[in-house]
Amino acid sequence: MATTISKPETLVGKSIRRQEDPRLITGTATYLDDIKMPGMHHACIVRSPHGAARIRSVNTAAALALPGVAAVFTGADIKDLGAVPTASSLPGLRVPHHHLLAQDRVYYAGHPVAVVVATDRYIAADAADLVEVDYEPTPAVADPEKALAPGAPAVHPQWPDNIAFTFHQEGGDTAQAFRDAEVVVKQRITSQRLIPTAIETRGVVAEWRQGDKAVTMYSSTQIPHLLRTICAAILGMPENHLRVITPEVGGGFGSKLNVYAEEALMCFIAKRIGKPVKWVESRRENFQCTIHGRGHVDYYELAAKRDGTMLGLKLKLIQDLGAYHQLLTPAIPTLSVLMMPGLYKFKSITADIIGTFTNCVPTDAYRGAGRPEATHGIERMVDILAAELKMDPVEIRRKNFVGKDEFPYATTTGLTYDSGNYGAPLDKALAAVDYAARREEQVEARKAGRLMGIGISAYGEICAMGPSAAMPAGGWESATVKIEPSGKVTVMTGASPHGQGEETTFAQIAADELGVDINDVMVVHGDTSVVQYGIGTFGSRGTAVGGAALFYALQELKAKIRKFGVMLLGSENVALVGGSCVDQETGKSVSFAEMVTAAHHAKTLPPNTQPGLVATHFWEPPNFTFPFGAHIVVTEVDRDTGAIQIRRYVAVDDCGKVINPLLVSGQVHGGVAQGLGQALWEEAVYDDDAQLVSGELTDYALPRAHFMPFIESSHTETPSPVNPLGVKGVGEAGTIGCSPAVVNSVVDALAPLGVRHIDMPLTPQKIWKLIQAGGHA
Amino acid sequence: MKRKISLTINGKPYTDEVEPRLLLIHYLREVAGLTGPHIGCETSICGACTVMLDGRTVKSCTMFAVQADGHKIVTIEGLAADGQLDAMQEAFWNEHGLQCGFCTPGMILSARQLLADHPNPSDQEIRHGLEGNLCRCTGYQHIVNAVRAAAGKAGA
Repeated sequence: MATTISKPETLVGKSIRRQEDPRLITGTATYLDDIKMPGMHHACIVRSPHGAARIRSVNTAAALALPGVAAVFTGADIKDLGAVPTASSLPGLRVPHHHLLAQDRVYYAGHPVAVVVATDRYIAADAADLVEVDYEPTPAVADPEKALAPGAPAVHPQWPDNIAFTFHQEGGDTAQAFRDAEVVVKQRITSQRLIPTAIETRGVVAEWRQGDKAVTMYSSTQIPHLLRTICAAILGMPENHLRVITPEVGGGFGSKLNVYAEEALMCFIAKRIGKPVKWVESRRENFQCTIHGRGHVDYYELAAKRDGTMLGLKLKLIQDLGAYHQLLTPAIPTLSVLMMPGLYKFKSITADIIGTFTNCVPTDAYRGAGRPEATHGIERMVDILAAELKMDPVEIRRKNFVGKDEFPYATTTGLTYDSGNYGAPLDKALAAVDYAARREEQVEARKAGRLMGIGISAYGEICAMGPSAAMPAGGWESATVKIEPSGKVTVMTGASPHGQGEETTFAQIAADELGVDINDVMVVHGDTSVVQYGIGTFGSRGTAVGGAALFYALQELKAKIRKFGVMLLGSENVALVGGSCVDQETGKSVSFAEMVTAAHHAKTLPPNTQPGLVATHFWEPPNFTFPFGAHIVVTEVDRDTGAIQIRRYVAVDDCGKVINPLLVSGQVHGGVAQGLGQALWEEAVYDDDAQLVSGELTDYALPRAHFMPFIESSHTETPSPVNPLGVKGVGEAGTIGCSPAVVNSVVDALAPLGVRHIDMPLTPQKIWKLIQAGGHA
Repeated sequence: MKRKISLTINGKPYTDEVEPRLLLIHYLREVAGLTGPHIGCETSICGACTVMLDGRTVKSCTMFAVQADGHKIVTIEGLAADGQLDAMQEAFWNEHGLQCGFCTPGMILSARQLLADHPNPSDQEIRHGLEGNLCRCTGYQHIVNAVRAAAGKAGA
């Protein structure tokens, strides 16, 4: 439970309940769909019902004739506008022109074809049904391996092989490693397509301000500034005439780390009709048209010595890209390659990515973004090797861990792990679950014919994205701290939190540094006309990059406050203590309020000092951070039904220094829930015609409260040397650590049947069939 | 075509002319101006639109406004009308039972209904009692803690 104390000795490290919650628990927050404007119109989008088709004609006459309809826009209206861009710049990348609305073809079910604008959302929906689109369906392909087969339908006719790019990365001498190997294990491992499913769907309100010749766009996004830059480019308008405001955002998980056609479309429409226009995505649209995650088919080969020493790892990674590249689509699998070695000392790594077009909505960053896939791969392969060598999965991990004295550690994939002590969370998790006792219990269970499993994952991840050199559009973050004349503090962060709680954690940091009450700190974000340019919230970077920028801005401001303390006390030998400035010799002090007043009234100023108290810092991180941890899952499988019971879920995560333990545990729980969703229940299913079969919440198994086990969450704390706060990031850890621990546990449970691997999701039906077949799928 | 409806929302009388097809959630949000209840799915799966109708929770995305004619509705805005947080709101705040907050208004109302029906629920009963409300952020654990705390049981 949270403490409600507002000003203990220090706030950093304490479980402070959140500053943002009062508006959220009383229904008084403003989300996108809560915005109302005089004269506001509503847009409804006509979308392709086909996975692939030619458009013969679009007839809008009947829709336009409906009273209340203001306009209907089709591909012809926007053909001269810019395309939805990708920020990825892989060599040789094939980039289909991604128009805001379909031109003569549609490439996936849900592809936008026309937009109807009306005075009322019901009329807009009625009119959308009246738009007649004459389609000529063409063959479609949804499965990436089928898309690569000779003779497959071409997603984009100009590229009949459906290959958007290939990417090769090699570190060390893999061929030699495989020659030196005493044992090689191989496995095909998939990470199925997932639907991020923020409970708030996407939405946009755009307002044309004729007098200013400017647009204000409200969007439920994770990246207001990047959205402004990119949308202005699509629309061909000056960036400083576009203001993006992010209202309360009801979940993102990467799905709102993007620039979507609808965002530019609404700006275009607002200007054309001269009225504000709102579009809010339906849940079905959200499933069909907002990015999906994962979508891997991975072929792994692991070379090792018989004593368990791992030598080399090979990966052929087939990435299901979907029909287009959204902002980061092609870049996501390259993150998987970077994290392939996991926590282990590999001498060599070889990876080949085949980026594959399919007639599906694009994949892109979803919680973990490439790292869950990589972690699932290496942690499954380690278990498969352990089984092959009849070694304990704990022993084989310990044997190959990067040692705690080997940091900073350079990986064969070109990364430098900042700090780590990989044995610590594993030991803690093993103790929590009483590993030896569980193994003894398993022996007894097996004798009794019960299917009990113990699964371990020891995961690492890349956070704090990231150094700008490794990012497509800058990896720094910004912070401004202002002390107002009344002494109240305003923090403006270029990150754009949406549930992570930075209005609280950043206020904790600022309150500690300035010695003020946390309730005197207001954290502002998500308005490009108010907040200095920033990159956004994703990649577990909010605190590790944005928080570090805040820390440095606070140091600059404190240095300036101190100058006023020196001036008022007439002594150079002063120190800031709490909020006051104290003369170290006489003990005399001036209060925070006195210094703030002096700075603002500026009757006299310290030498070379400007009036006012504002500091802005743009912080470029020198490296990523690399959190790690160990998850252990104890399962029991019901032979008769295939149902999996999770008896224990132990998560020990090391995310560096913890600013607010309550919020960190919330991030872990939520991350684990999404990992469990992938491991056990969730799957975006397209049929052979590229129809999304799991197209509603009725058909997509999102975790519910009674699905979830109790998560026993604890931590070890290994500070990061990369930033002054020592933090690493925790938003994605639970998701990354989870799925291999669950699958390893269930495979362990079914090992007596000869089961060696199962692809996710581990539905009861899949498990039951496996049991019925005696372990042979 | 429009029909006149009269109902009470959070203790205040409302009378409006509405289309028969207008969903209750759209009436509450766009006519009555109460944007606390949210729309997450339009298929009564997610529970973000949960409100109280005559003292029982309903999903207002699958009810017409005309069906609420003559009834009493309470939305999340009705809980702390006097400025004093309801015990469940306070518990969600203390236990970090929310992150993005979008499911929270519905979740809090469902949690209150759960305690009204089962004043001393076990953790499993809490989880089953909330199965009609989806949360994508919290993994539900802190929500369970909040409901347990609101039930007056010692936290674990």
